[in-house]
Amino acid sequence: MGEFGIGQPVRRKEDVRLLTGGGEFTDDINLEAQVYAAFVRSPHANAKIVAIDALAARSMDGVIAVYTGQDLVDAGVGVLINDASYTNRNGKPMNKPVRQVMPVAQTRFVGEVLAMVIADTPAQARDAAEAVEIDYDVLPAIASTAHALDKGAPLVWPEFGENLIVHWEYGDKDDVEAKLAAAHTRVRVDLVNNRLIVSPMEPRCAAAEYDAAADSLTVYTPSQGGRRLQMMLARNLLKMAPEKVRIISRDTGGGFGIRSKMYPETVMVAFAARKLARPVKWRGDRSETFVSDYHGRDQINVAEMGLDANGRASVLKVETLLNVGAYLSENGVRLPMEGGGRIIPCMYDIPDFYFSVKPMFTNTICTDTYRGAGRPEANYIMERLMDAGARALGLSREEIRRRNFITESQMPYKTHLGFTLDSGDFDGTMQMALDAADWNGFEARRAESASRGKLRGIGLATFIEGAGSRPVEGMRMRFEENGDVTLFAGTYSHGQGHDTVYAQLVNEFLGVDFDKVNLIDGDTATSPETSNGTFGSRSSMVGGMGVKRASEAIVAKGRKIAAHLLQTDAERVVFENGIFRAQSSSVTLAEVAAASRDASKMPEGMALGLDETVVFENDVENFPNGAHVCELEIDPETGILEILNYIAVDDCGVVLNPFIVHGQVYGGVMQGVGQALTENVVYDASGQLLSASYMDYGMPRAAHMPMIEALFNIVPAKTNELGVKGAGEAGACGAPPAILSAVGDALSHIGVSHIDMPLTPERVWRAIQEASVKAA
Amino acid sequence: MHNFNYHRAADVADASGKLTSLDDPKVLAGGMTLLPTLKNRLAAPSDLIDLAGIADLKGISVEGNEVVVRAMTPHAVVAASAEVQKALPALAQLAGNIGDPAVRHRGTIGGSVANSDPAADYPAGCVGLDATIVTNKRKIAADDFFLGLFETALEAGEVITSVRFKIPERACYMKFRHPASGYAVVGVMVAKYGAKARVAVTGAGPCVFRVAEMEAALEKSFAPASVADIKVSPEQLMGDIHCSAEYRAHLITVYARRAVEAMV
Repeated sequence: MGEFGIGQPVRRKEDVRLLTGGGEFTDDINLEAQVYAAFVRSPHANAKIVAIDALAARSMDGVIAVYTGQDLVDAGVGVLINDASYTNRNGKPMNKPVRQVMPVAQTRFVGEVLAMVIADTPAQARDAAEAVEIDYDVLPAIASTAHALDKGAPLVWPEFGENLIVHWEYGDKDDVEAKLAAAHTRVRVDLVNNRLIVSPMEPRCAAAEYDAAADSLTVYTPSQGGRRLQMMLARNLLKMAPEKVRIISRDTGGGFGIRSKMYPETVMVAFAARKLARPVKWRGDRSETFVSDYHGRDQINVAEMGLDANGRASVLKVETLLNVGAYLSENGVRLPMEGGGRIIPCMYDIPDFYFSVKPMFTNTICTDTYRGAGRPEANYIMERLMDAGARALGLSREEIRRRNFITESQMPYKTHLGFTLDSGDFDGTMQMALDAADWNGFEARRAESASRGKLRGIGLATFIEGAGSRPVEGMRMRFEENGDVTLFAGTYSHGQGHDTVYAQLVNEFLGVDFDKVNLIDGDTATSPETSNGTFGSRSSMVGGMGVKRASEAIVAKGRKIAAHLLQTDAERVVFENGIFRAQSSSVTLAEVAAASRDASKMPEGMALGLDETVVFENDVENFPNGAHVCELEIDPETGILEILNYIAVDDCGVVLNPFIVHGQVYGGVMQGVGQALTENVVYDASGQLLSASYMDYGMPRAAHMPMIEALFNIVPAKTNELGVKGAGEAGACGAPPAILSAVGDALSHIGVSHIDMPLTPERVWRAIQEASVKAA
Repeated sequence: MHNFNYHRAADVADASGKLTSLDDPKVLAGGMTLLPTLKNRLAAPSDLIDLAGIADLKGISVEGNEVVVRAMTPHAVVAASAEVQKALPALAQLAGNIGDPAVRHRGTIGGSVANSDPAADYPAGCVGLDATIVTNKRKIAADDFFLGLFETALEAGEVITSVRFKIPERACYMKFRHPASGYAVVGVMVAKYGAKARVAVTGAGPCVFRVAEMEAALEKSFAPASVADIKVSPEQLMGDIHCSAEYRAHLITVYARRAVEAMV
C-alpha cells in the first residue's frame, strides 16, 4: 500500500480547482447567441387553467417566444414517465396519472411551470413572464399528509376517486395484530418524518443548443449522471434517437438525490432550443428551487413492536403514510418499499412483520430521493421503537439493541423484503461508539449540567443502510501517449471526490502515478454506454470495481505484451507496482502501453492498444452500518439545545480514503442535524408554501455543527472484491435518531414521553412546559 | 431586479434634494434589506440614492455623555471601536452580533434605523439607550422615532446623519436568534441611568417597544428578581411558523432577567 493507494488519506485533487474558482457549473456555460428562458409558475395549489393570454407578453421588448402546455401537445412532446408498478392486495393496480411537462387543463401545486418565455435577455424574459395572464378557476387543495386520505379531502386527481396511490402491504396483518396483543410488552411510536427542502448549493440550471443540420441536441445541466436523462429526453419526451441527444454536466453543486431527476424546465429549455434552433439558457433562482426542486422525506409512521420479558422483539407492525406530491415523481413512491424496504427492520432480527405503506397525492411539489432515500426513515422508526422498548422494560438502550441485533453467525441473513445482509458487527460497532463517548460516565456529566440548571441527555442510534443500488456500471480506461491514464466513467462525481479515489485505485492496481490519472465524467458522449450515474452511495462499489476489472484486464493483456518484449512466456511474467518482470528483466507499464501502439512490437494476433472498457455487474448491494452517540444539553427556560459531543462509528467496509469518508460522514450528519433540529417544510391549508425562503426555512448553520469524532469499525463487505460499503448516506441515517434519543433521555427525566422533529427551541420548550403542567 | 437609476450622492443636501425631486426614490444605505428586496423584484424604485460616498456620514465619537455614531458607519466598525467598547460596551456587543460578517461590513446604523425592521437589533439599542436620531432637519428622540412596522417619523427628504446614544451606568443586550433567519425573535436592551431604567424589546412585536412594568420594577430594585415574573401579553406580539407570540412573550421575560443578571 503506497502513499496514494487504497486506504490513504490522500487530499482531494479536485479541490484546488473547485476552491479557486476553476469549477465549470452550468451557469458558467454561455453559448453563442444564446437567448434566455423564464417560467410562469402557478400561484395556486389546485386550479383549472381557464385561459392563458400571452398576447401582451409576446409584444414586449426582446421577447422571442412564449410556449404553453398546448404547444408541447401540438409538437408531439411526450410526458414525464414513472415506471413504478405496485398493486393493492385486491389486485387493483396503483393509480398512475399522466404528467405533462406543462399541464394544459389543471395545475396541481404552487410553483408548477405553466408557460415559458424566451427573450433576448434574462430581465426581458422575466418581465414578459410576469405579463403572461392566466385565468384560473381555483379549486380546494390538500397539502397535509395527515389529512389527504380523510373522507371528503379535496382530490388531487378526481378521476381516481381517492388520493391514495396504492395500499402496499407486506406480511399478515391479522397474525401480527394477534401476536402484538399477546406480547409481554407492546410499545408504539407515532412519528412524523418531516418534509425537507434539499437545498443543493447550485440552483437548477439548463442550457441547450440544437444543431439543425445534424438534428442533434446538447443539453448542459447539473445532474448525477446524464445517461438516464439522455434516454428519457430522447425516447420519451422529444422523440429523438438517443445518440442525437447529449447531456453534459461539467460540475454540479450538490446532488443529494434530487439532481438525478428530469424536471419540466430542463425539457422546456431543450424543446425551445430545438424549436427556435437557437441556444437557450435558464438559471433558476433560489426561490424557484424552493418551490420546484423535489422535496425529501414527508412520512407519517405509526409503528408497534411486541417484546418478550427479556427484551427480545418478536413482532413488528409499521404503517406508513407517504406524501408523494401532486404527481408520481421518478422514485418518490418507491422509497419506503425499495429504499427503506432494503433494510427494514434494520439491524434487528424480528421474525414477524407487517408493513403497510400508503403513498398519497397532495397538492404539493413531489417528494423524491434525498440522501438516504427511505433508509433514514426506516432506521428512525426502528430506533425510536427500541428506545421506547428500553423505557417500557427498564432495560438500557444499548442492552435492548444488543439483545435484538442480527449477529454475524446469522449472516448471510435474509431480510423480510428479500435482501441478504452479508456482513456487519453491529454489537462491536455500537460498543466502539459507547466507549468513545464515555457512555458509562455520563451520569456525572448529567449532574454537572443539572447544577447549572441544564438538562443533559445522551442518545444512541444504530443504523443500517443499503448502498450501491442498480449495481451495473461501465468503466473505460485509456492510455495516453504521454503516459497518463484517462478514466471515462459513467458514475459522475458531484462532490464525492472520484477524481481522487479512482486515481488511488489506478495507482494501487497499476502503479500509475496518482497525478497521472485523469477522470472524465459527466458527459454522455464520452461515458461508457452502460452508465447509471452516482446516487445511493454506489460509486465506491460499482465505479471502484470497474477500475479494478479494467485494471485486471489490462494486466492480463500487458503480461502477454511484456512476455513478447522480454522474450518469455506470459505465465512467467509478474506484474507489481507498474512493472512487468520476468526473472532479471523487466518492462514498465508505460513501455508496454507504448509498445501496444506499435504493431511491430506486439505478439502476433493481438489487437493494438492497452485500453479497456468493462462493465461491472453485481447481483447484490452492500450494507453499510454504524452507531452514533450524541450528547447534548437543553436550556429548559428557552428550549435551546446544544450538541456537545458527537461520535460516529461507521462500518463502511474497506475505506478507500478515510479523509473523504470522514467528509461524507460530516456532511451526512449535518443534514441529519438539520432534519432533527431546524428543517421543516410547512404548507398552509390552501397549499401555499410558507417555508419558501431561508428566512423561514431553517437551514442548519455552522454553529449547529458539532465537533464530530468519526471512527471506523471496518468489516469488509463480502458482496464485492474491494470489500467496500457505501459511505454517502450513513450520516443522515444516524443523526436524527441519535439526537432524538438524546433529547428523549434529557427530557424523560422530567416526564416528557414524546417529541417530534424538528426540535426547534419552541417545540422543546413546549414539551417541557406540558410535562411540568402535567407534573403539577 | 427591475431597472433603476443609480445616484451616488455628493453630500446630504444632494441626497435630500434628489429624494424630494425624483419620482420614486429610495435611499441606499448599505442595502442589506433593500438589495434582496430588489433582487426578488418585490420593489421597483425609480432611483437609488447611495449615501456610501459621503465621508461626513462615517465615524464614531464620544461627546460628553453621548456616543455618536454617524449614519453610514457599518456595524463591524461600531463593534470593533475601542471608544464604543469602553464607553458603551453593550452597543459594541449589539453591533457585533447583527447578522453575519458580510452584513456587519456592509450594513449601516442609519440604514437599519431608517428601515425599522421589527426584527432588527438597532431599534432596541436606540430606544433602550435613550438615543436621539439626528437628521438633516431635526433631532428626534428614539422613543418618538419608531412608529410601527417599517414605519418611522422620517419625512420626505429627511436623511439620518447620526445616532446619539446616551451613555448609561450599565447596559446589556441579549437576543434570541430566529431558528431560520437568524434575526432577533426577541432582543432585549436593559439600561440603567441612575435611578432610571429602560427596557426595550425588538423582534417580538411589529415595532420596538418599551416594557414600562419592567422599568418601574427595576427602578424600585435593580435585580433579576424584579423582572423575573413580569409577563408581556402575547396579544400585541407577532408569531410565525417557528416562534409563536406566546413563546416570544415568554422569552422577553427570560432575556430581560438574564440581561439584568449579567449587569448586577
